[in-house]
Amino acid sequence: MTRLAATDLSLDYGGRPIVRDLSLAVPDGRVTVIIGPNACGKSTLLRALARLLAPARGTVTLDGKAIARQPTREVARVLGLLPQTPLAPEGITVADLVARGRSPHQGAFRQWSRADESAVAAALEATGTADLAGLRVEELSGGQRQRAWIAMALAQETPLLLLDEPTTFLDLRHQIEVLALVRRLNRDLGRTVVMVLHDIGLACRYADHLVAMRDGCILAEGTPEAVVTPATIRAVFGLEARVIPDPETGTPLVIPRREP
Amino acid sequence: MTEAGHLVWRRGRWSLRLRRRGVAALLGLALALGALALASLCLGEPTLGPGAALRALLGPGDAAFAVGTLRAPRLLTGLCAGACLGLSGAMMQSLARNPLASPDLLGFTQGAGLGAVATIARTGAQGVGVAAAALGGGLAAAVLVGALAWKGGLRVWRLVLVGIGVGFALRAGTDVLMTRTDLFSASAATQWLTGSLNARLWSHAAQAGVGLAVLGPLGLALGRGLDRLEMGEDVATALGVRTGLVRLATVAVAVGLAAVAVAACGPVAFVALVAGPIGRRLSGGGGPALGPAALTGALLLCAADLAGRVLLAPMQLPAGLFTALIGAPYLLWLLATQIRKGAL
Repeated sequence: MTRLAATDLSLDYGGRPIVRDLSLAVPDGRVTVIIGPNACGKSTLLRALARLLAPARGTVTLDGKAIARQPTREVARVLGLLPQTPLAPEGITVADLVARGRSPHQGAFRQWSRADESAVAAALEATGTADLAGLRVEELSGGQRQRAWIAMALAQETPLLLLDEPTTFLDLRHQIEVLALVRRLNRDLGRTVVMVLHDIGLACRYADHLVAMRDGCILAEGTPEAVVTPATIRAVFGLEARVIPDPETGTPLVIPRREP
Repeated sequence: MTEAGHLVWRRGRWSLRLRRRGVAALLGLALALGALALASLCLGEPTLGPGAALRALLGPGDAAFAVGTLRAPRLLTGLCAGACLGLSGAMMQSLARNPLASPDLLGFTQGAGLGAVATIARTGAQGVGVAAAALGGGLAAAVLVGALAWKGGLRVWRLVLVGIGVGFALRAGTDVLMTRTDLFSASAATQWLTGSLNARLWSHAAQAGVGLAVLGPLGLALGRGLDRLEMGEDVATALGVRTGLVRLATVAVAVGLAAVAVAACGPVAFVALVAGPIGRRLSGGGGPALGPAALTGALLLCAADLAGRVLLAPMQLPAGLFTALIGAPYLLWLLATQIRKGAL
């Protein structure tokens, strides 16, 4: 039994069924990446795993208990989430933003323990944002801003971290930077990561466990090598493609076929 | 101990962390408020020196009536009501993440005014009955505006438009009640037309003080949750905030604070709208700055009252007139910038 799991999960959004009878066990200590075409329900699934969306049927369990039944503050000490488009309060500095990540560990009269201080310092260090700490978030470039948000989620010090498309709006260099950071969090700090990604090549490079979704169902899951085949690409994306080993890493690389 | 931008205090498992800029804003506002309070006690007919005014406040003497019976309760009522308005406005603006969402634009204040006038006109009551009716009116207006603006969710611009419309309707209802009531009650209710601190007694000050003492700490305690909610529902939940509870409590406390202020001095315009952004600006941004907003509200209302009392003496102009003089141009500017930003 893994720490985070979904059993027979069905999710509705605005009265429309998005995810149907889906079961997933998130492997502990690994990087899991969810891929799939637009509107396949991958972000909705991530939101449900983070208890932001109540299931229509089925359950999400955290440490064997239904996540919806657990106090949200206690969940927040175990599971962190970075949504796709978080809002930074106007005028907030990077240091203050990252310090917000300590919220579930704080109280009205426990506002800044030594643990808070060292967690924020470590998060700034790990994401390379320590030099930016005094700047306002609106002054940052897209890549820097994304790293600051990841630093906030990191300062929360949760063993589980869910990231919804952490590389959107970033150029290729910054995408690699963020994904390398995510891998370091997993390898060096032992965090379990689940993220939604658009780019299949990058997903294959950085995932230990790949989940391919379409129409609210999981069509395939496993190692990138097992999942990414011409047949699954056709089934998931409706695209004819060749799959070759990435010359850099040996992981699968999808080359769409030329139109006839 | 200190660190960049913050003051930190720790003892055992307790710790406090204050932003320097926020502390500076609070201290500055408190100083300004102290100076204004002293000026309010001194100025008028008769005008006294600071020493004489304080002596008159404490003991019997020629000026004891002017200071102890007229000016002091008026000042105290203004301080408490202004703080209530400032806090109420800042809470709603933070919740809606929009500077337009203040209780006077959302119709809460007008609802409280109608409740208060209805009670005065019907029973001639003063005191706690008026406050309770103001609270009932404010809550009813909040529910009405929320229900009318609901369309599978609440959008700020729809809330504000519906709030302004409902506010006008409630204001018209107040006028109707005023014309149908007897002269004595009508004069007692007149201050609900513009909002005034004229002829406030110690009983008014006590009532506003108790209201602020009960609801103020609740409002300030919601500041942490509001601060997280400004990063969006998802982030706040992920950080362990019970967002539904914080939202509900914020609206309830904000309506309560507005009702306390309205029961004390009528629907003074624009204090709640203006105080939040000023408090936020003074404390350097990055959070709802509820404390500075409350002090700013107190400062604005007392300054407006002093101006109305002294500038054209012996004529007494209502404080609501002066707050409108500042607030109306600000509202126009705000609407213009919001429309340009595409927020409306």
